[in-house]
Amino acid sequence: MSGPAIHVERLVFAYPDGRQALYGVDFTVERGERVALLGPNGAGKTTLVLHLNGILGSVAGGSGSGRIEIGGTGLHREHLPVIRRKVGLVFQDPDDQLFMPTVRDDVAFGPANLGLRGAELEDRVREALVQVGMQDHADLAPHHLSYGQRRRVAVATVLAMRPEVLVLDEPSSNLDPASRRELSDILTGLDVTLLMITHDLPYALQLCERSLLMDGGRIVADGRTRDLLGDAELMNAHRLELPYGFDPLSVPGPEGR
Amino acid sequence: MSGDGLLVPVDSKVHRIPAQVKIVALFVFVLAVVSTPAAHFWAFALYAVLLAAAIVVAKLPLPVVSRRLAVETPFIVFALLLPFVATGPTFDVLGVQLSQSGVLGAWNVLAKGTLGVIAAILLSATTGPRELLAGLERLRLPSTLVAILSFMVRYLNVVSDDLHRMRIARESRGYVGGRAGHLKAVAGGVGALFVRSFERGERVHLAMQSRGYNGRMPLLGEVGATRAQWIEGLTISLVAVTVAVAARVVGL
Amino acid sequence: MLVAIRSQQAKNVRVHVPDGFFDAPTSIATGLIAAGAVGFSLQRANREIRETGPALAGLTAAFVFAVQMVNFPVGAGTSGHLLGGALAAALVGPWTAVLVMSTVLLVQGLLFADGGLTAIGTNITLMGLVTVLVGYFVTRALLQVLPRRTGSVVPAATVGALVSVPVAALCFTGLYAIGGAVDIPLGKLATAMVGWHILVGIGEAVITAAVLGAVVATRPDLVYAARHLQQDLVLVDADGNTSTVSPDKPIAAKPAGRSLGIGVAVTLIVAGGVSLFASAHPDGLEFVGAKLGFESAAKGSAVAGSPLADYGVSGIGNAQVSGALAGIIGVLVTIALGLAIAKVASLRKAS
Ligand SMILES: Nc1ncnc2c1ncn2[C@@H]1O[C@H](COP(=O)(O)OP(=O)(O)OP(=O)(O)O)[C@@H](O)[C@H]1O
Ligand SMILES: [Mg+2]
Repeated sequence: MSGPAIHVERLVFAYPDGRQALYGVDFTVERGERVALLGPNGAGKTTLVLHLNGILGSVAGGSGSGRIEIGGTGLHREHLPVIRRKVGLVFQDPDDQLFMPTVRDDVAFGPANLGLRGAELEDRVREALVQVGMQDHADLAPHHLSYGQRRRVAVATVLAMRPEVLVLDEPSSNLDPASRRELSDILTGLDVTLLMITHDLPYALQLCERSLLMDGGRIVADGRTRDLLGDAELMNAHRLELPYGFDPLSVPGPEGR
Repeated sequence: MSGDGLLVPVDSKVHRIPAQVKIVALFVFVLAVVSTPAAHFWAFALYAVLLAAAIVVAKLPLPVVSRRLAVETPFIVFALLLPFVATGPTFDVLGVQLSQSGVLGAWNVLAKGTLGVIAAILLSATTGPRELLAGLERLRLPSTLVAILSFMVRYLNVVSDDLHRMRIARESRGYVGGRAGHLKAVAGGVGALFVRSFERGERVHLAMQSRGYNGRMPLLGEVGATRAQWIEGLTISLVAVTVAVAARVVGL
Repeated sequence: MLVAIRSQQAKNVRVHVPDGFFDAPTSIATGLIAAGAVGFSLQRANREIRETGPALAGLTAAFVFAVQMVNFPVGAGTSGHLLGGALAAALVGPWTAVLVMSTVLLVQGLLFADGGLTAIGTNITLMGLVTVLVGYFVTRALLQVLPRRTGSVVPAATVGALVSVPVAALCFTGLYAIGGAVDIPLGKLATAMVGWHILVGIGEAVITAAVLGAVVATRPDLVYAARHLQQDLVLVDADGNTSTVSPDKPIAAKPAGRSLGIGVAVTLIVAGGVSLFASAHPDGLEFVGAKLGFESAAKGSAVAGSPLADYGVSGIGNAQVSGALAGIIGVLVTIALGLAIAKVASLRKAS
């Protein structure tokens, strides 16, 4: 298979209530890249990533136009199963992602849809839970887990499908510092293409060499994370603010590793 | 309300019986109770003894059972009214005319309703939601219905918490207002709650689709019940059926 | 203002029929009605559920469950709570609403021991089926005459909610006439039930109006009963050109229409007829049984063995069994009638 991991061209989309969220989005992510998707609230980030595996947009019967390719495969109705196997999406709210009665059922949901059964399925579930350190909680109900634990299980539900492209919607929000660091350890240990929406700019700098900046339904900047974060004018224009005392030019990033 | 229902998480013989067996057992038991003529008081005493035994075996604390009996209240009121409103021959108690059939009817409603509730508490206190769903699935409830049930149970807490948070937010802003204002605030909140629930439903569906959902939910209940488990689980119900039949025969 | 509302999480009493309140034949008959209704709704809602997912129905059920905990005082120190049938019908459509209400009642019965297990059919029939269908039918009927815009759904569903509750109470009275354990003057019962539930219905209507109003104001596209009233969308593309597209096609926007109307009408006529008949003849079903030829032998000659064993031989020797048979026959006739009418309607539409 050839072609970039993600290729998006002139993507336009309006929600059924008439509100337009994307006004022509273009970008490309190469294989193995780790890219952060930044932007203020309501910029259209979530809307954009929901297009990447065809759950929003014209393939899903919505109002919109444009072109998306994943690993060289065009996003058409007949390719949806293949695309959904390749692109793993972790939702913003873990309560949206964890819908089965127990953690085990939930992690098994994806692989079971891929056709895995029996011992193979069990192994896949255990492996994913071990990756996020939740193997001892397999029989609990999601609402008996803490928020950080739910977030980790949500990541496991997607890892269990062994995606080539991992897309995360605000993975570090609402996590305490230790869970935040543990999650970044998990993510850096994975051999996948990563696209991560985040408002946590130091996190973006730590994990992703490159960033896309989105506002008003368009990509307004694309470049090295360090350069974007260091551009005070750009940051101000799009309501992005660095934490107090944080200097993007002086901390080590992923390039340093 | 919790998505766990009334589950009392202890380990007992009753807890270990597969859910499908317990559902059938409950149904048979209640059917036996319901079809027993009200005048056979001894039969109801026997049913009560059977239930008490089951509660002891299930290690259920009494307060759990008694607290839940409150759900009956409106019908207790109805039952207590019956002796005064029912037609037919009457008799005199302390100067009050009571209808004979009304008194019997009140007893009928109270006894059967109470036994039914206690039996249902026995099921819900010993069976977790997941097992219950798996049991219904084994009993061939349509899979779409099982799926809807499962989502409802999963999101009961989430939605109730949303409602609760919205109320706290409203009250903590010192909301008073008149009755009409209050109504508007609550209803607006409920409207927002629906939008939130609906949107969550859409997002959950998206999350399912992005993990390859193809219209069929994976099965929950992979294990069936053995014959021994069926026999064990149905013991009490079969005794109850015997009692019910005996009551009919004796009543000849 | 008649109704004030207070949300109440902890102590909450719902008016679900318990076990043994109605006799066994009534419970069985309503159980069959409920099973038939759920099966039919599953079939009708199939396409919707395939497209929007079972999660949506499940979350709507969780919503109805939560909202049923909002109590409002009716008077004389008692309180009512939202049943939500008419509201659910307006929001997600009648067939999904029947499934939603049934799910709520099943969960309440199985998980919370609320509402008897043998009475689940009765509860689904009264609170899941009657309120939904009556509410939706009235709503759709009013939408025909109200101005063609999304906002009209609010007054329409309000009246639907207002009507749905007393009608459910009337059906309850009808069931009591057929299968109540004790004879009480039915006229009085009906008057009391309906009068009382008109008050509850006003509460239901006020809440339904306010909730629907809030939804219409924020997400009018979500209101099923108003989807056919939506306007086109304007889309701006990457080069700034605009174009107009119709919103996502409403899924099965008019599934109900005529066949639902006919169904409700038949149900109401049958229900009304039965309750009138039953009130004229206190032992309604036994009378039916006798008329139908199941001559019941002297009371108390019940046979403990299999009642069906006697069936062809000496007639049915038990008032309850004959009652059950009459009930089942009644239900089957109703279902057959309904199916026949639906068939005719669909044939007519196809041609
Ligand atoms: N289901 C929906 N229906 C209608 N409009 C929506 C829906 N979801 C999002 N929108 C609108 O689309 C726009 C983009 O929303 P989106 O969720 O993509 O933003 P976001 O960049 O992810 O924001 P945040 O950082 O707050 O998560 C917003 O104006 C939002 O109100
Ligand atoms: Mg977002």
